[in-house]
Amino acid sequence: MKLMGMTITEKILAKHAGRDEVHPGELLNCRVDVVLGNDVTTPVAIEEFEKLQADRVFDRTRVVIVPDHFTPNKDIKSAEQAKGVRDFARKHGIVNYFEIGRMGIEHCLLPQEGLVLPGDLIIGADSHTCTYGALGAFSTGVGSTDMAAAMATGEAWFKVPETIKFVFRGELPPYVGGKDLILRVIGDIGVDGARYMAMEFTGPVISSLSMDNRFTMANMAIEAGGKNGIFAPDEITLDYVRGRNKREYTLYYSDADAQYAEIREYDVTNMEPVVAVPHLPENVRNVSEVAGTSIDQVVIGSCTNGRIEDLEMAAGILRGRRIHPEVRLIILPGTQEIYLEALRKGFIEIFIEAGAAVSTPTCGPCLGGHMGILARGERALATTNRNFVGRMGDPQSEVYLSSPVVAAASAIKGAITPPWEVK
Amino acid sequence: MKLTGKVHKFGSDVDTDAIIPARYLNTSDPAELARHCMEDADPAFPSQVKQGDIIVADKNFGCGSSREHAPIAIKAAGVSCVIARSFARIFYRNSINIGLPILECPQFIDEVEAGDKLEVDLVRGEIKNLSRGKTYLAEPFPGFMQDIIDKGGLINYVREKVR
Ligand code: SF4
Repeated sequence: MKLMGMTITEKILAKHAGRDEVHPGELLNCRVDVVLGNDVTTPVAIEEFEKLQADRVFDRTRVVIVPDHFTPNKDIKSAEQAKGVRDFARKHGIVNYFEIGRMGIEHCLLPQEGLVLPGDLIIGADSHTCTYGALGAFSTGVGSTDMAAAMATGEAWFKVPETIKFVFRGELPPYVGGKDLILRVIGDIGVDGARYMAMEFTGPVISSLSMDNRFTMANMAIEAGGKNGIFAPDEITLDYVRGRNKREYTLYYSDADAQYAEIREYDVTNMEPVVAVPHLPENVRNVSEVAGTSIDQVVIGSCTNGRIEDLEMAAGILRGRRIHPEVRLIILPGTQEIYLEALRKGFIEIFIEAGAAVSTPTCGPCLGGHMGILARGERALATTNRNFVGRMGDPQSEVYLSSPVVAAASAIKGAITPPWEVK
Repeated sequence: MKLTGKVHKFGSDVDTDAIIPARYLNTSDPAELARHCMEDADPAFPSQVKQGDIIVADKNFGCGSSREHAPIAIKAAGVSCVIARSFARIFYRNSINIGLPILECPQFIDEVEAGDKLEVDLVRGEIKNLSRGKTYLAEPFPGFMQDIIDKGGLINYVREKVR
């Protein structure tokens, strides 16, 4: 009997549930390949894990713990949280625990280390775990209790999501990249437009998009309420994965007759870089519509745009220039490896000469943790993913979201600026 | 189990940063989280909420981060139940996993005001607006999730497997 066509998301879920076929709406119990936690979510997971009275984690190599939110620790309480996580990692012999100085922002670090691979089913106690969909994996954010249960059993329950397919055609204009594409999508469908659903990104534009741009797009699926964002693996994916992977992986592709809840088509040819204005990522404007909005701080980094290409784009704009005297520019490379590469390529020198502060990898200001908190009434332009009320500091501060190119250009002018105006 | 309480009403897309701002995430102590619950959406909420009160919100409640601190803060603040037009996925999952009752009921949302008194029957999914004399039926949970809730959360549900 011929099976019904399935999407890549359905195939990965089916495989991990030991099934040949699954349909949207079905509840499944699945084997997970990787379970992730950070310094904010793991402490709660440890408490729950302890209630289970399990002697050990299901697999010491497949539990990954990255202290990245409040690290290097910003105060005594966060130091205690980090210590609790470190002690747990030692006690259980967690192989992939990443200490300060060897770490990075989790969603930049795991792909870099080859810990997440095409065809994997990954859960993480962090909403941006959806980032790894860029590799052709099913990857989604869960809470700490799910993390605890999966650490003990190696399993988690899922409802098979429906899929929305996004097809991108045309010619990408200069200065327009993955961040602009995903913000445009969120602007169109809203912050709950893909609630509970899989978002599959395809089309000729995607086929020639770099891995770093794909990570940026998959990263923000959650900002449309998505369960996961996913890309079919191709040569670009395999170039990235080869040499990093320490285990085998499987490539899955959507069937031609797979069922979609909706198919949305985009022609990118006339797109402009975009900016999301406060206080939701769906408030998307063309950069020229908000040009001239004054800013106090610019942040370039985060799991959305803290990778080497992001830094390269920012360096391209900042080279030989100085930022506006009334702006603070904070740059956070995503991982130590990215930091080192940026150093070797001369980007760090460009940033410091431009007047930027460059930090060791951390989430820092992205979630209003530390390293650049906003005072009441201040406004930031950031390459991060959320501009909720109070996200980067005082509830009466504001965050605008953009790509690194727009962020760098705006840092030079002291106001939101289209990149072509910095010449 | 029947819950009774007064309504605190919120709009659409209440995110997890509004429910519990990240500046308080350097602790996971429920009592301390409760002291800051909803503070960026309504600064008066932590001082005004009473044991048993009910949060009512429009669409996409709990969007944003995966922090379980959000439903933990709400539960520890004494809130007995959250009723919304719809919930963000991770918040929904976390609430079930930690045993915070949540219900989706669009029609009820259209007709409720802040301060109304409610009686909620979780088993039947029945919401009575005592102030307005109207009764509504919420979407029932799929059986599998009802199992998790009946066992008192995911940890109890999984415990049998681990042993
Ligand atoms: S960089 Fe920001 S969004 Fe990404 S994991 Fe850290 S806090 Fe979360």
